[in-house]
Amino acid sequence: MTRRYSAFSLFREGIAGQKGWEPAWRSPQPRKTYDLLVVGGGGHGLATAYYLAKNHGITNVAVLEKGWIGGGNTGRNTTVVRSNYYYPESVALYGLAHRLYESLSDELNYNVMFSQRGMVTLCHSVAELEVAARLVNAMQINGTDAELFSAEDVRRVLPNYNFAPEARFPVFGGVWQGRAGTARHDAVAWGYARAASRLGVDIVQNCEITEFIVEGGRCRGVETKRGSIRADRVGMAVAGHSSVLAAKAGFRLPINSYALQACVSEPVKPILDTVVLSPGTGVYASQSDKGEIVIGGGLDRVPSYGQRGNLPTLESVIAGLLEMFPAFGQLKLMRQWAGIVDVVPDSSPIIGESPLPGLFLNCGWGTGGFKAIPAGGTLLAHLLATGRHHDISRPFDLDRFATGRLLDEAAGSGIAH
Amino acid sequence: MQLFPCPFCGPRPETEFHYGAEAGNLRPDGAEVGADRWAGYLYMRANPKGATREIWVHMTCGEFFAMERDTIDHKIGRSLALGENAE
Repeated sequence: MTRRYSAFSLFREGIAGQKGWEPAWRSPQPRKTYDLLVVGGGGHGLATAYYLAKNHGITNVAVLEKGWIGGGNTGRNTTVVRSNYYYPESVALYGLAHRLYESLSDELNYNVMFSQRGMVTLCHSVAELEVAARLVNAMQINGTDAELFSAEDVRRVLPNYNFAPEARFPVFGGVWQGRAGTARHDAVAWGYARAASRLGVDIVQNCEITEFIVEGGRCRGVETKRGSIRADRVGMAVAGHSSVLAAKAGFRLPINSYALQACVSEPVKPILDTVVLSPGTGVYASQSDKGEIVIGGGLDRVPSYGQRGNLPTLESVIAGLLEMFPAFGQLKLMRQWAGIVDVVPDSSPIIGESPLPGLFLNCGWGTGGFKAIPAGGTLLAHLLATGRHHDISRPFDLDRFATGRLLDEAAGSGIAH
Repeated sequence: MQLFPCPFCGPRPETEFHYGAEAGNLRPDGAEVGADRWAGYLYMRANPKGATREIWVHMTCGEFFAMERDTIDHKIGRSLALGENAE
């Protein structure tokens, strides 16, 4: 059987009729007990399982997924990877993820198509440019790459932007992060699943959690549609539905669930070779390797678990896009969809032990969980393996809401929720 | 475009409304409230999947009111002025 992906194995399978490929991951029946359980088979859950095996040598682990792996927000996001945050704690977190993404294809032996084409966040006024200079300074001090762009710099990377004198959103400059880019979202889930399965982790799909097993005030496992499964510690990475599982475990979280929409156009020839974000229009866009323009915007302002999205938000996103790139008015939209995201008051994630001892949280990523997958996995794995925080995850503990040590990235880096 | 019922103005487009909070989250009384209780009031939410009861504001008339809604299919139930009928 062919296990390793390479140009040579592709050639060999090509002349052998493609008969030797083995499934990318095993689909075993769940056992009755494991050392550790991970609830949620998205990017964060699968990465957690992989790093448990790789960094901590713990392979008696199962990932339990309600539907199919990568079918939630991992498969619904707009694939941007960046680390342009304001606070040192945030840069440490997203910087870790960003660095791991840079070597992820090699590490997993799976091409996640991470394309570092750069990202520009536009400034539409002098005041925005001054705030941008502050953000760039903070990013440089905190050790991630950032550059303050002039209007001419923006014109160089975005020649198709609407620079007309009467433009509603004129450009005064921008924040450039050259190491930012996009990655293939499904490949991140599949790559982690394959690598974790290789190391002995069980990936169990169609296995919804019905309740937690609690004994002596500790979480000792879960009841599922496929029977009860016990473990010493349980981690959950179920963004969008974190509150639903928290209610089963008997506590509340500082989370509201909202729909975040995205859409893609028909594929066209290369026209946009960076990621662009305009806080003024509330729109961001990039072009996929297939040629589709991938378009995202702000949250629907209606708390929701319906993975659809509503029309007024889609309309304002498209209107904003056409203000930015009038030529895109010729494009046809191919698909529109929505994912349900965990929105937290300070726009920072929650990583740490839950109020139910033995149950550990990885949630609250808001609209930006995809970029953080390698870090979220590393940190939840560290928590599950040791029972203690990693230095990078400590500031993101749930206790910050009682102590008041919030990490407000909405104020810091302008996250729009 | 979904229509939301304002108890004062009748059915109006959803874009005229702003979500306020979960209904029934009452401010703790008195000076001796611990940090966890304050955090619970300020930040912790039930965030239910399915039937819920919420406080909304109709921005065009400025009135707050309670609305019953389903967070999965977005169907609207009753909408009530705050006061005698709603908390």
